[in-house]
Amino acid sequence: MEVLLALVIGVLAGSGIWLVLRPRTFQVVLGLALLSYAVNLFIFSMGSLVIDKPPLVVPGLPANLEHYTDPMPQSLVLTAIVIGFATTALFLVVLLAARGLSGTDHVDGEQDTP
Amino acid sequence: MTLFLLLLLPFLGSLLTVFLPTRARTVLAGTAGAVAAATAAWVIALFPQVRDGGVIRQTLAWVPSLGIDLVLRLDGFAWMFAVIVAVIGVLVCLYARYYMSPDDPVARFYALFLAFMGAMLGVVLSGNLVQLVVFWELTSLVSFLLIGYWHHRTDAQRGARMALIVTGSGGLCLLAGVILLGEIAGSFDLDAVLAAGDRIRAHALYPLTLVLILLGAFTKSAQFPFHFWLPRAMAAPTPVSAYLHSATMVKAGVFLLARFWPVLSGTELWFWLVGGTGAVTLVLGAYTAMFQHDLKRLLAYSTISHLGLITLLFGLNSPLAAVAGVFHIINHATFKASLFMAAGIVDHETGTRDIRRLNGLIKVMPRTGVLALVATGAMAGVPLLNGFLSKEMFFAETVFLSAQPSVGWVLPVLAMVAAIFAVVYSLRFGYDIFFGELSTDLPREPEEAPRWMRVPVQFLVLICLIVGIVPAISIGPSLAAAARPVVGGVLPEYSLAVWHGFSLPLVMSVVAVVGGVAGYFWLRAQQARGRLQNAPIVSRFDGHRLFERALLGVTRGARALLRVASTQRLQPQLFVVIATALVLAVLAVRTVPLEWGDRARLPPSHPFVLLWIIGMVCAIGAASMAKYHRLVATTLMGGAGLVTCLTFAWFSAPDLALTQIVVEVVTTTLLLLGLRWMPMRNQQQPDRIGWKDRTRRGRDLLLAVLGGSGLAALSFALLTRPAPNSISPFFLDRALPDGGGTNVVNVMLVDFRALDTLGEITVLGAVALTVYALLRRFRPSPESVAQPQQQRAVSADRDPDLMPPSRDEDAGGYLLVPAVIARLLLPLGLLVAAHFFLRGHNEPGGGFVAGLIVAITLLLQYLVSGTRWVEARTGLRPARWIAVGLLLAAATGLGAVVLGYPFLTTHSLHMNLPWLGEVHLPSATFFDLGVLAVVVGATLLILIALAHQSIRGHRKPAAPMTEAR
Repeated sequence: MEVLLALVIGVLAGSGIWLVLRPRTFQVVLGLALLSYAVNLFIFSMGSLVIDKPPLVVPGLPANLEHYTDPMPQSLVLTAIVIGFATTALFLVVLLAARGLSGTDHVDGEQDTP
Repeated sequence: MTLFLLLLLPFLGSLLTVFLPTRARTVLAGTAGAVAAATAAWVIALFPQVRDGGVIRQTLAWVPSLGIDLVLRLDGFAWMFAVIVAVIGVLVCLYARYYMSPDDPVARFYALFLAFMGAMLGVVLSGNLVQLVVFWELTSLVSFLLIGYWHHRTDAQRGARMALIVTGSGGLCLLAGVILLGEIAGSFDLDAVLAAGDRIRAHALYPLTLVLILLGAFTKSAQFPFHFWLPRAMAAPTPVSAYLHSATMVKAGVFLLARFWPVLSGTELWFWLVGGTGAVTLVLGAYTAMFQHDLKRLLAYSTISHLGLITLLFGLNSPLAAVAGVFHIINHATFKASLFMAAGIVDHETGTRDIRRLNGLIKVMPRTGVLALVATGAMAGVPLLNGFLSKEMFFAETVFLSAQPSVGWVLPVLAMVAAIFAVVYSLRFGYDIFFGELSTDLPREPEEAPRWMRVPVQFLVLICLIVGIVPAISIGPSLAAAARPVVGGVLPEYSLAVWHGFSLPLVMSVVAVVGGVAGYFWLRAQQARGRLQNAPIVSRFDGHRLFERALLGVTRGARALLRVASTQRLQPQLFVVIATALVLAVLAVRTVPLEWGDRARLPPSHPFVLLWIIGMVCAIGAASMAKYHRLVATTLMGGAGLVTCLTFAWFSAPDLALTQIVVEVVTTTLLLLGLRWMPMRNQQQPDRIGWKDRTRRGRDLLLAVLGGSGLAALSFALLTRPAPNSISPFFLDRALPDGGGTNVVNVMLVDFRALDTLGEITVLGAVALTVYALLRRFRPSPESVAQPQQQRAVSADRDPDLMPPSRDEDAGGYLLVPAVIARLLLPLGLLVAAHFFLRGHNEPGGGFVAGLIVAITLLLQYLVSGTRWVEARTGLRPARWIAVGLLLAAATGLGAVVLGYPFLTTHSLHMNLPWLGEVHLPSATFFDLGVLAVVVGATLLILIALAHQSIRGHRKPAAPMTEAR
């Protein structure tokens, strides 16, 4: 499972990097979204992969990492997910405004390529 | 705290003048003058305390951890300088009242003037080296503003900029030098540094320290080769020149030499650097001054020369010379300030400062003339005036100097030559403009200056006379008090008498006067024939031109560097950022090797493997489709998001899974709303791509593959190595007892890390408002304005229910069945949201999830029934939701403060309510409610703002932005 998850993170990040380097704004938006999946999964995996031990305290079960998964990466990722939505929205709107003003969806605001 | 109040006084006065009427000259001069007079009286009253080597010292802690305190320290030398600064300040206030025109914004002048006075007092009174440099740079800054007072004039702009660059960079060198000095002495305290003289002189870094400090002093005191800024600074109003550029600011450099004299002097290096610079400046300044035709420029070069004289005196490594230097600081301040004022009067009354045009003025302004002539005599070193005394001491020092036999006769000769030059330029100033036939072609009809404009000059000239005639009684005690700290506490034997009998210095004085008079008449005759209009030889080596050239070179170099090392294009920038991150990561591997650990691994599970094969295909598919098939790419990205969400659920993170899936829904809706405004595929673009693009794509692909593999390897290493000790057990352990909830993630969000969450929802609200603001001025590109092709295909006479209604009353039949279902879903959705919200503290859920569910339920209504229909029936104000949410969250946090706990401390309330039974109500619930409100408001505001673009009347599309690069 660990191999698979590492592979997945790599594929998501690679796709994201490729898209971020593209010249069209929409590609960059999608690239950032894919990168944020990769990074969220990466941070999440810091707490190691545990099945069926959610961080919901059950009376009688000692509250330690033996019986529960690590709650800290989860709370970090939770805020990251919401902020990720906000940045995607902001960037999308900026790209729409830039497109309206410059008449192109190239990231530099002009069509020609060097 | 007397000294601190004293220092604060001018700054307070400066603030006060800002509030007075801009052009009320008399009121402003009165206020500023009163402040300056109070400062002067205060300083003078402190004399008994410093008279016999006493030091007043006051300290305020500033950065104790770095050993930096605010220290004010007044010894005899600082006292003398403070008196000069304050007393001449009073006189200049009075003088400026008459000099400045009624049209000038005088309030700015007086505000800056008092600020400068404060800064200069700060330099003088500082008992801490760093603090001294701060005030030092402050004087440079205020001087910049004062030189540029008439900021519409080009010469004022250039002069101000040059002065700031030269003295400001000197100040930076000084800072470096002072830091070195502090490091060597072990303290930045002036007293500690003064006590560490031997250690400093013996230190290996002494030469570097000395050079850096001297750079600061020489730039400020306009020493060769940095002297060129001072004549250009004459674009300032004359009161500024009289105050800053003769009496105070340019003296800060020699002040520094005197201040550090006990510490830095006494070495060969000091002698050659300080003495050499001083000697060159002395002769060069006097030489250049002889050929000036502008009164103020002549005085400026004369000031340079006199500052060189003072520098040379300090450079001679002899206590007696240092005393003479201190004496000459006082004398020069008095006669040069009065000369500047006299020059200003002449300029004011005649309208010109050109010596060639001014003649015989004594006939129309006899009183000013007499005053100016006396001050000129002091400048030239005529007996019975104060300038004579210090010049005699200087001659004596050069003649009897034994410390450096190698310079032998050179110094006395240089001194003689400079003295002859001084007599020449003094005569050009005094004799040329006041005697002879009265000029007739002056821009203004000359007349005597107003009485009160002459008073400051009278006062200063009176001092010149008194000091010149009875030096021992008048200046003796003050000079002793001032010179004692400079020479390290023990005064050498010296005699302040006008008559020392026939001696070599007296002979030199006589020769100087005679030679000067002869030289003057020779020069006059030459210039009458049109020769020697500019200083021969020297005028070609213009420091000003070198400065401009150097400045130009720096600017060009910076531009070239920018061209080579920077770009405005996004793609290269991102490439460099990512590549740098990759390289840094690879470098880090060299110190901490990237190895797999042997932590117990989970066995692979087939459904999960299958799931992620789909997920990876989705990710790669999205990456390849994003250019031409946006809808497909969006869908595929949603697929990757869903698999991510399932992964969270799989590995014990129900909260993440919930949040991810609702965020996925709103993100996809958002992207779909945005697709409408994207450009169509450009069919004209050639299908074949050049090798350049091919290389770039290959390069990007390589980086993507490398970055991806790197991150994969890193995560695998982290997943297999033993987990480090973290603070997580604390949260698990304390969530229930301290936070009062069993869902640890939610307790962390609303309790342990509530401040983070508060920051996050603030960001969310700010983003939503930014999106709203951006879209208010949205101008779509021309081809997106028309209705989409699919809608245009429907003929106008038909009324299909697949078209969004253009008017509100048409909405009844539009997507009727889905609309009914969606409306029925609304209360159900809200109920689900309430459920997730209320159980959030103990079970998966919470404000974020509940807020997003509310937002999605409402968005559903927009999607199905159309924006108009929904907004006609609901009074949703998303911005208010954001505001209420933020206020609620902040108020919850502040409630704890009111009760005396730290911000955002949670309290729990346990109640037994009828019907409901035991209710457990932590204050975090209200915080979570605030989170919910912000999330609802922000999500709705963003999406609705985007949706509105389709229905509102469009502005004219913007012209393509060609100039905005």
